[in-house]
Amino acid sequence: MKCRRCTAKATVQLRSHNSAFCRQCFIFFFQRSVERAIERERMFTREEPVLVAVSGGKDSLALWDALTALGYATEGVYLGLGIGDYSVESQRKVEAYAERTGLPLRVVRLEEENDGLGVTEAAAFTRREPCSACGTFKRHYFDRAALAGGFAVLATGHNLDDEAARLLGNVLHWQLPYLATQRPVLTPTHPKFARKVRPLYRTSEYETAAYAFLRGIDYVVAECPNSHGATQLVYKELLNRLELSMPGSKLAFVNDFLRHAQPLFTAAPENDPGECKRCGMPARAELCGYCRLVAEIERRRAVRTVAHS
Amino acid sequence: MEIRLEPQGKRLMLSGRRRVGDLVRSLDLVAGTVMVIRGDQLLTDDEMVEDGDAIEVRAVISGGVR
Repeated sequence: MKCRRCTAKATVQLRSHNSAFCRQCFIFFFQRSVERAIERERMFTREEPVLVAVSGGKDSLALWDALTALGYATEGVYLGLGIGDYSVESQRKVEAYAERTGLPLRVVRLEEENDGLGVTEAAAFTRREPCSACGTFKRHYFDRAALAGGFAVLATGHNLDDEAARLLGNVLHWQLPYLATQRPVLTPTHPKFARKVRPLYRTSEYETAAYAFLRGIDYVVAECPNSHGATQLVYKELLNRLELSMPGSKLAFVNDFLRHAQPLFTAAPENDPGECKRCGMPARAELCGYCRLVAEIERRRAVRTVAHS
Repeated sequence: MEIRLEPQGKRLMLSGRRRVGDLVRSLDLVAGTVMVIRGDQLLTDDEMVEDGDAIEVRAVISGGVR
């Protein structure tokens, strides 16, 4: 198999693009794809510093690497979720990457912020799914990190497969409010929020994994232990079976949704958010989602303490 | 050849020269959901692997929203 650009021996095969590339040309192709997505959706400019949420996985580290290579001003933020050895390894990989590249990194650890509570304990106390508590923590701490650092842009490593799986889930259950907000750029609804962008929304998981591998990025290969049996993985499996028979289906599904269908879904009119009485971050109720979760944990902890005394 | 499946950490031995695409199918995996790696090289479907090779088959799927 030969490289589409230079005809050298190919090392990366992209069925969805009916193409193959050598190492050097694939890295060029990947970075150019990211740049095109940023420009097409007017995500940010080279004059705007970007805070990149990095987990230690292939997607976020590949994103951070590509943005830096493209000349964007970036800083990483890592959120330690308190998920045992998985979080320990994730933090180690992110810190090693930042040290090797000399890129600035902020580290926030949930156990230090939340009275010793990580995702696992929070889920156990509230009987929520760990992914639900995790999402609430991530939104809050990434928003806070962007605000504290004065960043107008917060980038995450959600890829094409993530977007296609999310779209399939939203369509299967006709989640109209979610379909109305499924876009690669979310405009802030409050001055304390950053613009949230997903520059990898057209880039498949295979592409981000191949990019990370070929760039020598040491990422966490292990999956989050809480992801076992996750619905999103079922959707991804279905979509990958479809992709095998009809290459390009995932990209067309997401692309055509954004181009033709997404604008037809409009979010229900809501007042602009106020501010949380407890933490001061934007909130549509008296407390933001994060503070409601923390209050629930505190209530249940108190009940448990009384019961054990 | 020795096959290492990641992230499971599972190892198995196979014998006989074959194409990468056939190897992936024989492991009941879907093309495009794994990287097939020999040393520091990513392999395309038409590459041959053979006895004596050490091959890593690394899943690329991630995600955990319930």
